[in-house]
Amino acid sequence: MSGGHIPQEHYTPQSKAEKWLDHRLPVGGLMHHLNSFPTPKNLNWWWIFGGVLAVCLVVQIVTGIGLAMHYVAHVDHAFASVEHIMRDVIGGWWLRYVHANGASFFFIAVYLHIFRGLYYGSYKAPREILWIVGVLIYLLMMATAFMGYVLPWGQMSFWGAQVITGLFSAIPGVGKTIQAWLLGGPAVDQAALNRFFSLHYLLPFAIAGLVAVHIWALHHVGNNNPSGVSVRNTSVDSAKKDTVPFSPYYTVKDAFGIVIFLIIFAVFVFYMPNYLGHPDNYIEANSRVTPEHIVPEWYFLPFYAILRSIDNKLLGVLAMFASIGILAVLPWLDTSRVRSGAYRPSFRWFFWIFVVACIGLGYVGSKDPAIRLIEQSEEFKFRDPAKADEKLKEITTADKSAEAAIQISYHKEEDGESYMEYSVKHVHMAFTMKNLGQLLMIYYFAYFLLILPILGVRERARPRPDSIDADFQAKMAKKRKAAAPAAQPAE
Amino acid sequence: MAESTSGEGTRRDFLYIATGAAGVVAAGTFVAPQVAHMWASWDVQARSSVKVKYNEVEPGQQIVADWLGKPVFIRRRTAEEVKTARSVDLADLPDPVARNANLSDESAPATDEQRSFGKDGEWLIAIGVCTHLGCVPIMNKGDYHGWYCPCHGSHYDLSGRIRKGPAPENLPIPKLAFLEDGETIKIG
Repeated sequence: MSGGHIPQEHYTPQSKAEKWLDHRLPVGGLMHHLNSFPTPKNLNWWWIFGGVLAVCLVVQIVTGIGLAMHYVAHVDHAFASVEHIMRDVIGGWWLRYVHANGASFFFIAVYLHIFRGLYYGSYKAPREILWIVGVLIYLLMMATAFMGYVLPWGQMSFWGAQVITGLFSAIPGVGKTIQAWLLGGPAVDQAALNRFFSLHYLLPFAIAGLVAVHIWALHHVGNNNPSGVSVRNTSVDSAKKDTVPFSPYYTVKDAFGIVIFLIIFAVFVFYMPNYLGHPDNYIEANSRVTPEHIVPEWYFLPFYAILRSIDNKLLGVLAMFASIGILAVLPWLDTSRVRSGAYRPSFRWFFWIFVVACIGLGYVGSKDPAIRLIEQSEEFKFRDPAKADEKLKEITTADKSAEAAIQISYHKEEDGESYMEYSVKHVHMAFTMKNLGQLLMIYYFAYFLLILPILGVRERARPRPDSIDADFQAKMAKKRKAAAPAAQPAE
Repeated sequence: MAESTSGEGTRRDFLYIATGAAGVVAAGTFVAPQVAHMWASWDVQARSSVKVKYNEVEPGQQIVADWLGKPVFIRRRTAEEVKTARSVDLADLPDPVARNANLSDESAPATDEQRSFGKDGEWLIAIGVCTHLGCVPIMNKGDYHGWYCPCHGSHYDLSGRIRKGPAPENLPIPKLAFLEDGETIKIG
């Protein structure tokens, strides 16, 4: 048997019609393969997100095609056509809110799917291609979501487009030329809007194509599982000990997960449809006024935080793209031969810190980078401005890079007399939101470039089960014990 | 295991059917809005009437109004044209029904009196869309000097009735009213 291929019973067409069809197009065999695909029997709930994501993609494509029937990709009409969808198109508000929140839920599912893969080592041999195709899908999802967000032509749409295309201008030499080519003009305008619409319509079908490749690769190597141990694939019978047919076992389990996911999704669509959006995007695009606080959609925030962590334009952009690109080479950075994090005691710690760092980066990305989280400073108060000036000079001559400034405030004495107070603030140390972002960014990259390569060599993994079946039986025994604890007297 | 020997069906059968039914309902609620949004939107539905000035139209002339995206022929016929239109034998008409939205009787006969308006029935107002496949017929052309459809050769007479060719019905007359100012028609 080659690679990770899992042996499966062959399909033999029964009826005359099936035989006739099978001879011409083996669609029956394909259906049989998909339905009875041997799937590890110990998968936990983290494995439902593949199915959830398939549903997300279909929902986005179907509602998107509907929206495209009413949307007008023109700078003068785009914003109004979205309001037309909301007010005039029958059920248009439903289409739009499902599509907009659908994008967010697509990302929620994809992040859980990715973290599942990171924890259980789903990127390791022989699943490198499966993983890389997944990274490509994620990249296309980001491009699609970004361009879709531009289409309503609100303030956030417009300035988001300005900033994201501006990233390309960081490329030395040809950057400005590339940006002009991408936009089809000197600024974000009709040409850009029109092509974003075209590509926003196209890319989901490219994603669908890559999903087919993703599933193809999955069906070649088989699912990973919480134990990380491979299916015993020497024969159909040995594989059967570790697996169950995908249908009905996992179709039903996935369907249950999808229902729960859709219930939460429906709460957002019907009760808080704008919770994940920005009010500024209900203001029509204005090329002369940038919103005061411009932030991307929540699913881009960690990358936005990385971009802002570095003061150099080119390096910031490179770091941001590297933070995504690094996922593609992850299979060769993690040197551990143990797939599942469940048997790697140290890895688990680093992994959960990594999860916290990612969420932290998202938080930092949503905040003003100048916010001071910790500040150590001295204040000198004067009523005489000349003395305050003197103090300031004293501080800055002692240390030229010192951060100091005079603040003027107005006070009243108890007897009603008022006076001005000049306070000189000398900041010795300040830890800003930006610094927090830098710290988290360092951990993000260290996780991939230092921790995983070194840990794989140094860590002593716990003993793994002999087979998926052994893992399954142990888990079941535990469950049974937990279900009837009082029945067993203590020994 | 829930095994049944009585043929009444098992708990599992029940679960299958209940789950399947819930799935069908869920799929239906997803598909319904996909169908609903393709109907005419509320703003289009609200745009259902139009007012047209007719006072400057001379006998023998026709103006064309735009109503719900369709042309409406407003033709002031000469006395001779009215006479020709009214002398037609009903037995010669492929479509014997008036097709006039202003008549309460939907099966009223297609006499010119049932299809015309104004003093001596000089006004003929009909939706100018060929009842065959939707082209706009040309005035004063064809064997009956009413309208002729260039797409597939349907001939309409001076009352807008189909006389020859593939079109199945007379040109329909929209709901309309001559307003009291004496110079405006409200269509729709």
